[in-house]
Amino acid sequence: MRIDDLINNTGEWLKGTGPQSHIVMSSRIRLARNVSKVPFPSRANKKDLTAVYDSVKSAIEKSGYLKDSVVLRINDLDNLDKQFLIERHLMSHDHAASGEGRAIAFSKEEILSIMINEEDHLRVQAMQSGFNLFETWKIMDTIDNELSKNINFAYDDQWGYLTACPTNTGTGIRGSVMLHLPALVMTKQINKVLEAIAKLSFASRGFYGEGTQAIGNFFQISNQVSLGHSEEDILQNINGLVRQVIEQEEQARQTLLVQNKAVLEDKICRSYGVLRNAHIISSQETVDLLSMVRLGIDSGVIKDVDTQAINELFIMIQPAHLQKIEGKKLSATERDAKRASLIREKLEK
Amino acid sequence: MICDVCTKKKATVHLTEIIDGEMTEMHICEDCAKERSVQMEQQFGLADLLAGLSDFGKQIKSEEKTKLQCPNCALGYEDFRKFGRLGCSECYTAFRGHLSALLKKIHGSAHHLGKRPVGTAPKDTTAGPVKKIKSTKPAEALEGLKEQLHQAVLAEDFEQAAVLRDKIKALEKKGKGK
Repeated sequence: MRIDDLINNTGEWLKGTGPQSHIVMSSRIRLARNVSKVPFPSRANKKDLTAVYDSVKSAIEKSGYLKDSVVLRINDLDNLDKQFLIERHLMSHDHAASGEGRAIAFSKEEILSIMINEEDHLRVQAMQSGFNLFETWKIMDTIDNELSKNINFAYDDQWGYLTACPTNTGTGIRGSVMLHLPALVMTKQINKVLEAIAKLSFASRGFYGEGTQAIGNFFQISNQVSLGHSEEDILQNINGLVRQVIEQEEQARQTLLVQNKAVLEDKICRSYGVLRNAHIISSQETVDLLSMVRLGIDSGVIKDVDTQAINELFIMIQPAHLQKIEGKKLSATERDAKRASLIREKLEK
Repeated sequence: MICDVCTKKKATVHLTEIIDGEMTEMHICEDCAKERSVQMEQQFGLADLLAGLSDFGKQIKSEEKTKLQCPNCALGYEDFRKFGRLGCSECYTAFRGHLSALLKKIHGSAHHLGKRPVGTAPKDTTAGPVKKIKSTKPAEALEGLKEQLHQAVLAEDFEQAAVLRDKIKALEKKGKGK
């Protein structure tokens, strides 16, 4: 499989299926793992990095779940490929900026991916559509067990899995749930919610990951603590918190529909109208409008398009995707035009 | 987007502040941000925070500070304090006393309760990470345990300290019973 083969499909996590998919876009779990005694990537030499790469690659080939994965060395990727994989949430900016000895592996459905020699020797990620943390954990747990049969993971009886950063020590787990919260934003309750989340020691981030602003009314909620609780307990805690946020968003949507029905419908339909008719559109405007349309589908205002198509557009309208689809480099102006035509095409179907 | 401060350069730093429930947004360029002493390096927040935290629980003598080094990857404890990242799995052993307090500050606990790698047998968990005392002489064993207790208290690892305390008690009882 080549990177270009990915263009015609999007990851499983965008399917718009799974529990609570009207509010929850995706559930993601990542584990940080390291090879015992080998210096962590930031302090490793070429030989160390290559040795880790070789042993992870061989472990992937022996794994029932992972054996059909694509393994790509960062040095073999051009800038567009790198940007493309970042846009698909398969790797981090830092990893793309690294080089020799670093690699990325991912499964066909893009449910599983492994960053090899990022901050830790392995960053294993599992991602699924909808509110599905425990099913995602089941997959992750199996993969982790498979890998641990062939890789000697750094583990300490008292402190658990040992990681480059002490904030990941222990389980090495980070569970994240990506939520679409337009009604909480519109009713100006979102800051209250985010403050409460922070007080409970959970983190909230934007759509495009760590350090990004919340755009399109998407927020990621994830755990901060990784030591002193079992993986299940940590996920259970996120689960409980997310459940409450979902309830709040549902209530806010209900309030909007009852009190401001005409205003809401107007906003949704105008957004849909612009997306279906624009010939030049920026990514910021697109994301804001897509967010309204996504809300429109759940509220029953828009009936002729499904959530998956909208979810996929959030990914496809990004710069590297547009250029891959077009098959050539595009300037910012050209991208705005290409973006508009892609959206019209997608929404006309 | 143009910088709110100098109104000339491109704004690349976006600050969102919430004060008394009021949200304000600022968009400033890199130079103005530096002038306002806003730390920009990504590493800053965490490394600094960790560095601050890691000395919180325990006062280290200045000569000990510079000496402590991981025998496996040669990372100095001072470097860890600076960058907030460990060098290899063995750093955890080399800096054990300091890390115990730090992990507790970060996670609220320094005891792993999650899964373990397949094929590794759990050690006697009631003994915790207590080092096996080689000496058979109870008096020497007792001294060793007391030293470990002292270290654990210094590191504010009170769970560990409790385990050690009970061991010492049991050993002292045994000694008296003879």
